Amino acid sequence: MRYDSHTKIHPVVPSGDAIPEPGPEVFTAQQHLSGAEILLRSLQAEGVKIIFGHPGGAVIKIYDEMARTTPDFQHILVRHEQGGTHAAEGYAKATGKVGTVLVTSGPGATNTVTGIADAYMDSVPIVVFTGQVPTGLIGNDAFQECDAVGITRSITKHSYLVRDVKDLARTVKEAYHIARTGRPGPVLVDLPKDVLLAKAPFHYPTSVDIRGYTVPGTGRPDKIQRAARMIMASERPLLYVGGGAISCDATALLRSIAQRTRIPVTTTLHGLGAFPEEDPLSLRMLGMHGTWWANQAVQHSDLIVAVGARFDDRVTGKLDSWAPHANIVHIEIDQSCISKNVFADCAILGDAHLVLKQLDPLLKRKDTDAWLAQIEEWRQECPLEYEQDEKLRAQGVIEMLRDKTRGNAVVLTDVGQHQMWTAQYFRFLHPRTHITSGGLGTMGFGMPASMGAAFGLREMGSDMPVVCISGDGGFVMNAQEMSVAAAHKLPIKLAVINNRFLGMVRQWQELFHAERYSHTDLSDTNPDFVKLAEAHHCVGLCAKTNQQAIDIIDEAWTVHDRPVLMEFQVAKEEMVFPMVPAGAATGDMITQRIVPNSFV
Amino acid sequence: MSASLVLTPQQIKRKKAAGEPIEPNEGELIRQHTIMVLVENSIGSLIRVVNMFAARGFNVDSITVGPTADETISRMHVVTTGNERIIAQILRQLSRLVDTIEVSDLTETNYVERELCLIKVRYDARSRAEIMDVNTVFRGKVVDITPRTFTFELTGPTPKIDAFIDMMRNHNILEVARSGRVAMQRHQIPS
Repeated sequence: MRYDSHTKIHPVVPSGDAIPEPGPEVFTAQQHLSGAEILLRSLQAEGVKIIFGHPGGAVIKIYDEMARTTPDFQHILVRHEQGGTHAAEGYAKATGKVGTVLVTSGPGATNTVTGIADAYMDSVPIVVFTGQVPTGLIGNDAFQECDAVGITRSITKHSYLVRDVKDLARTVKEAYHIARTGRPGPVLVDLPKDVLLAKAPFHYPTSVDIRGYTVPGTGRPDKIQRAARMIMASERPLLYVGGGAISCDATALLRSIAQRTRIPVTTTLHGLGAFPEEDPLSLRMLGMHGTWWANQAVQHSDLIVAVGARFDDRVTGKLDSWAPHANIVHIEIDQSCISKNVFADCAILGDAHLVLKQLDPLLKRKDTDAWLAQIEEWRQECPLEYEQDEKLRAQGVIEMLRDKTRGNAVVLTDVGQHQMWTAQYFRFLHPRTHITSGGLGTMGFGMPASMGAAFGLREMGSDMPVVCISGDGGFVMNAQEMSVAAAHKLPIKLAVINNRFLGMVRQWQELFHAERYSHTDLSDTNPDFVKLAEAHHCVGLCAKTNQQAIDIIDEAWTVHDRPVLMEFQVAKEEMVFPMVPAGAATGDMITQRIVPNSFV
Repeated sequence: MSASLVLTPQQIKRKKAAGEPIEPNEGELIRQHTIMVLVENSIGSLIRVVNMFAARGFNVDSITVGPTADETISRMHVVTTGNERIIAQILRQLSRLVDTIEVSDLTETNYVERELCLIKVRYDARSRAEIMDVNTVFRGKVVDITPRTFTFELTGPTPKIDAFIDMMRNHNILEVARSGRVAMQRHQIPS
């Protein structure tokens, strides 16, 4: 039995609210379907093309239905549910669509928790379907039972426990709507087994009506006027751009406004790619490991225009000395982010793209030459640099990868030193080409997320290479997904920056804990990465010198039918600079020139 | 933003730099607020609201909940303590929940607030008259009487309930049950 053989399912535009009117013949076939079948049909109606999942007892009916019928989406069997959630995140970030995860009850659900929390912190739209024991057994400590909705309550944008099969289709519709709109985020749908077995007529709703949920659109006109006046009156303006600009698709407009008004742009970690980093107006990243000149600009600016950014502590450092001279205009889609950490003198609640569209005609070219010249001086004063010698260094590897791809790659990272070096040295040019775990800081994010991104690019017909830059600490945390990527012939380039240490913790230990390297040395417990890759049906390569590094990168780019793991054995003593120590004032950056004597 | 809004450290610094005066009460103004929340009538929605307070470390002094005239909507009253900045943050976090339909801080409006209290007190021949006198002054109702105990029902603003219980402390209080506060904005006659 094929889905389209007896009931015509009207295609739903996956990205917007503009849903075509259903034709008169649609949904006339009112035969009763099982919950499992309703779920699969709802996913198709929602335009889902790929699901990352792992079967189990509570969801066996859904998997049976997948085998019995032939849904027109792909199911990717991941090897750990955490990998599945990160893959869904990578897919969502690379494509702008909602990622989908399907897991069983109990441990299946708890294994998704880290991925859900990660998606919550980084505003990634994913929907996680968890199996649940039959409604009659809920609360009985049944086999593989856990309170998935309860456990994830504070890390989901919203969650549902479906108690009646009649509510299932509507719930799926709402879940995708909530995940995708406003500030995106994870939604969990818990599916008791009896609901999946029960039958009901199938009708996929064409619209969503949630009375407590409104999606901010355009900004209030008076606030727009006020913001425009503040921008035009400022002398040292600065655009501070976060991931919200990318998720609202505001980057093209942002670029044209910045270039026309001559206002310099600094981005957060998640904002990387929102503004081309090779543009002279780009100050690159700000914050703890941002550039000296971006942070100096913040400290001297008289007007900061925040676009889709949330004044995270890694950006501001010590709050009371951050941007002491600046008025703040905050363009933000999530009301709870407004004036949370830093008071917004002019807060505009709305969609960044729509708000910038309103602002655009009110802004004229500004004379910022003196301000830009001052920033240029800071740029010369303390450029991003590292020691250039025969030693293989992480920063050098990242520059080699940049040169190989000329910035035309989707780059994913794990968490730690390599993540910051990637942010500093890769120079991102396009939105959705930098994907990382920023808010939660999840080691083990990179590998499975790069798999999700690679599936996403394949779906979009893009041949952009997917490069995952990891450390030796994080990579092993989800290395099992390599064999999944290999099975699907994804040509991911996996760069493992191996310094045989938990590098970022080591850096803090060296700088702030008197070089007591407590449990950060991994040399005894690291696997042989080349063999690890080969065991997972991938190509494994290793480089210890600069020349070898160039060679293995060239070799890796000749492999098109499976992932290639490139291990780069780099110096362990390297540290990420410049740096604002946690809790310190942004003005008190440690730059490379005044590194402590202990630096080797 | 109201003048009494508590300033962030960054604002205080900015004001100082500009040579503007900083009002003494701008540093801290911590007081109780009664927040009314209309939510979807389901146990999940109720938990989500309560959980938000716990997960983000906000105070909860009292919570009441009950259905409204529309049985699909529950009305909650949360009494919480904090400075203006924290309260503003609580209001935004509450509004952000998918299940909340309306959120308002009644403290900023002209409103009535009531609490109900049941209190069981032991009496004897000597104390009986005095206990009844106190009850008369507070206009409480006797809802149960036994040869040894009175059970009173008292409604009123929280300070009145507090005062009544304080008066009864001179006697033998066996049990106290308080409902928590419910509140309603007075009807605004358009001018």
